[in-house]
Amino acid sequence: MDFLTVLQVLDSTVRLSTPLLLACLAGLFSERAGIFDIGLEGKMLFAAFFSAAVAAVTGSVWLGLLAGIAASMVLAGIHGLASITFRGNQLISGVAINFLAAGLTVVIAQDWFRQGGRTPSLLGGARFEPVTLPFAEALRGVPGLGPVYYELISGHTVLVYLAFALVPATWWLLYRTRFGLRLRAVGENPAAVDTAGVSVIGLRFAAVAICGVLCGIAGAYLATALQAGFVKDMTAGRGFIALAALIFAKWRPWYALMATMLFGFLQAIALRYQNIDLGGVVVPVQVMDALPYILTVVILAGFVGRAIPPRAGGEPYVKER
Amino acid sequence: MDVMPKWADVVLIPVISLVLAALLSTLVIVAIGEDPVAAVKLMVTGALGSTYAWGYTLYYATNFIFTGLAVAVAFHARMFNIGGEGQATLGGLGVALICLALPWPHWALALPAAVVGAALFGAAWAAIPAWLQAKRGSHIVITTIMFNFIAASVLNYLLVNVMRPTGSMDPATAKFPPGAHLPTLHDLLAPFGIAFSRAAPANISFLIAVVACVLVWLLIWRTRLGYEIRAQGHSEPAAVYAGIRPVRIIMAAMLVSGALAGMMAINNVMGEAERLVLNSVEGAGFIGIAVALMGRNHPFGVFLAAILFGFLYQGGAELALWTNIPRELIVVIQALVILFTGALDNMVRMPLEKLFLALRKDRA
Repeated sequence: MDFLTVLQVLDSTVRLSTPLLLACLAGLFSERAGIFDIGLEGKMLFAAFFSAAVAAVTGSVWLGLLAGIAASMVLAGIHGLASITFRGNQLISGVAINFLAAGLTVVIAQDWFRQGGRTPSLLGGARFEPVTLPFAEALRGVPGLGPVYYELISGHTVLVYLAFALVPATWWLLYRTRFGLRLRAVGENPAAVDTAGVSVIGLRFAAVAICGVLCGIAGAYLATALQAGFVKDMTAGRGFIALAALIFAKWRPWYALMATMLFGFLQAIALRYQNIDLGGVVVPVQVMDALPYILTVVILAGFVGRAIPPRAGGEPYVKER
Repeated sequence: MDVMPKWADVVLIPVISLVLAALLSTLVIVAIGEDPVAAVKLMVTGALGSTYAWGYTLYYATNFIFTGLAVAVAFHARMFNIGGEGQATLGGLGVALICLALPWPHWALALPAAVVGAALFGAAWAAIPAWLQAKRGSHIVITTIMFNFIAASVLNYLLVNVMRPTGSMDPATAKFPPGAHLPTLHDLLAPFGIAFSRAAPANISFLIAVVACVLVWLLIWRTRLGYEIRAQGHSEPAAVYAGIRPVRIIMAAMLVSGALAGMMAINNVMGEAERLVLNSVEGAGFIGIAVALMGRNHPFGVFLAAILFGFLYQGGAELALWTNIPRELIVVIQALVILFTGALDNMVRMPLEKLFLALRKDRA
């Protein structure tokens, strides 16, 4: 494997990691506040469709992005209503949201565009274009660093840079602000937060809303940056890989970056090579597909570095008995 | 404690939830410019209007009875087994291995063997998440989701690289021997002089599913294990105090659950496709969640809910065939049923409880 191939695989890793990272951070906010969210997949899918649909109709990718975020927020609102207001089962609500998105996107797409559940292909301004960073062309010839800067760091869409910037931002928000402290507390011991006179319900809705925004960006990235348009079930389990990455990262922002990069790398490898020959042992592509899930089960089993979820996760908060 | 009479809890709440789901689905149909009345008529004739239609409705219902029972049994131990999809996939593998292993002389021999194979493989696939939950405290919902994906990869690998007959491009096993062919409802009803459609896929598995309902009822309400499962589901500390071992109950409930999900394969793999193909489960494992919620985890409720979803599935296929309403409308209905009967249960329940309280005060 030459240097350029390595760069290309890493470049593809960055692009494939981005939706995982965004969805993983989305889940992080929700679960740190004590709201389990297995509906990441559905929210991404919903956002992917509405961003592509609005971008296709208006020709503006930014309007598409807003529509995607709004669509994802609607589903987040349903999840909040079910799991916070009506104290329902958060897991069942997540399952329902995944199905709602899987069904509604195709039904609406068929009604609006009549192309068998897809949107028209996005062209020009309806898509996020790659950004060439300053001096990328000029430095391209410099041996070593030049190609790294040109191939790997430059030439992504603005959402990729946004996703990476969100990692330190999330860290700062969670660990260096009052809001973050309260958010984490409400996922560990909501009664204590309530005693301190802070609204548990308000905090949890805020967390679910942030989750909705981030899932919206993730979905819009899928349909308007990574690909050019919406196709049925285009999230293809990414929401669940993000969930796996969240557990792998033990609900921490920087670990989330590493976990999603690892899983993105596995996807990039699986995309490029069908079967990998490791000195006589052939690793079939299905192993690459399954590896994120297997690794997550291993981590969950606690044999290698135990993952302990937020203590109040999944428990609706009842103020008085 | 009980604010509402039992009938309200068992019948009224599911019915109201169903009505809400139906109303919203009607809105969706209207929004996409179709006529809901015509759609319902088409669904009724398409799913119930002939023995051919019934044959498909009951075929789908058979799948959903198995996966619904699987979710229900786990629910009784307060386990949310979301892995029915993976367990049914592995059950299919078990059925395929059994059916292809021997030149079966008659289905009466092949069927019991296939049932055992399907149940064993399904239970084995549930065993690992169950053990991890029982011994290591790994959340069963997450591990069973992961195992669904792992099951898909395992099957993909086996069908592409191992079980595909030489010379075939299709990722599927060889066709099962003729001796493994299950009698359809047409064959079963013909001796009684009832003419049932020859083309419909409903087969003897439907009767096995009905037997499974009865057996699950006996297990949950008439055996010591069932009592222990329910006790564990109500309160683990109380169960432990009564000398019930949680590890044993979690394992038992999940093994039964996985076995039931796996047994779905005798219907779709052995009864219909007669070979193992990729993605043969087609989401039935997830529909089991809706069926169990709708059926209030009772085998009879599961039976009724499975028939309802069988009707929706077959009716939805007819809609997709004759109108502009895509098949995915059924997925929307399924999502709404899960939402209202599962997650938003309290939204329906709280006003009703208030109503019953007010009625009781008036009477007093």
